[in-house]
Amino acid sequence: MIAGAILFAVCSVFCIVGALIVILSRNPIRGAMGLLATIVGIAGLFLRLNAEFLAAMQLLVYAGAVVILFVFVVMLLGTDASLKENSFGGAKISRIVSGVLAATSGVASLVLFSGGQWNDFQTIGKSHGSVEAVGGLLFSDGLVAFELTTALLLVAVVGALAVARSKPSKKVEARIENETLRMYHGPLMARDAERVITGGTLAQRTAAQKEGQKGGASR
Amino acid sequence: MNLGIVIEHYLLLATVIFFIGATGFLVRRNILVQLMSIELMLNSVNLLLVAFNRHHTGSMHGQMFAFFIIAVAAAEVAVGLAIVLQFYRLRASVNSDEATGLRH
Repeated sequence: MIAGAILFAVCSVFCIVGALIVILSRNPIRGAMGLLATIVGIAGLFLRLNAEFLAAMQLLVYAGAVVILFVFVVMLLGTDASLKENSFGGAKISRIVSGVLAATSGVASLVLFSGGQWNDFQTIGKSHGSVEAVGGLLFSDGLVAFELTTALLLVAVVGALAVARSKPSKKVEARIENETLRMYHGPLMARDAERVITGGTLAQRTAAQKEGQKGGASR
Repeated sequence: MNLGIVIEHYLLLATVIFFIGATGFLVRRNILVQLMSIELMLNSVNLLLVAFNRHHTGSMHGQMFAFFIIAVAAAEVAVGLAIVLQFYRLRASVNSDEATGLRH
C-alpha cells in the first residue's frame, strides 16, 4: 500500500510539474519536454489503475508521436517559435475567466474533500485492462467506433497533408503588364480567347514577353 | 492514517491538470503552447475516465473511451500543427492574436 502511495505521489508530481513547465516556459521545446513529463506520469498512473494496455498506448501515441510532432514543428519554425509575450494587455478577459475557473475548481475540490467519505477502490480481477480484455471489448462493443476511428485517422492524415503542403499548385499564369493584354486575359466570350491582338495570339504574346524578360535578366 | 489512494485523489489531480491546461490555453498567446495545453486537458480527462473505470469494476468501457480519445487527440494534433505551419507561412508569426483573417 505504501509503495502504491509513493508511486502515485511521484507520478502526480511528474504530471503537475510537467504541466506547469508547459504553460510557463518561453521556449516551446521546453514546453514539449514538460508535456512529455506529464504524459509519462499519466502513463504511470494508468499502470497503477490496472490499465496496462492504455499505458502502452499512451506512451506510444503521445510520447512517440505527438511530442515528436511538436518538436519537429518547433524545429521547422526555428527561433520564431518562441513568442515574446511581454505585454498581456489583450489577455485580460482570459485571465479573469481562468481565475474564475481556478476558484470554481478549488471550491469543488474543497467540497469533495470536506465530505470525509472515501471511495476506496475494490479489488479487481487480473484480466482488467489487459490487452486481451480491452482488445476483445474494442472488437465487440466498440467495433463501429473503432472502424470510424480508422476513417478519422485516414482523413486526418490526408487533411494534414493538404493543409501543410508547401505551395498550392498554381496554374502557370504569367503576370501580364500590358493593359490591353490583361483585359483580354480572361475572355468573356470563347472566341476572344483566340483573338489576335497585335501580332499573334495571347499565348504567343506572353511567351515572347517572357523571352524578352529572360533575355533582359541574363544581360 | 490511511495511506490508501482513493478515487478522490485522482479526481483532484485531474482537476489540477485540467485547470493548468485551461489557464495555459487562455493566457498564453503562442499557438504551439495553446495546442500543448489542449493536450494537457485531454490527458486529464483520460486519467479521470480510467480512474472511474477502475472504480466501477466489471466493465472496461471507460478504458475503451480513453483509447478513442487518444486516437482523436492524435488526429487533432496532426491537423492542428499543419494549420500552425500554414498560419506561420501567412503571417510569419505564431501569435494567435494575429489570426484575424475571418474578422470583418
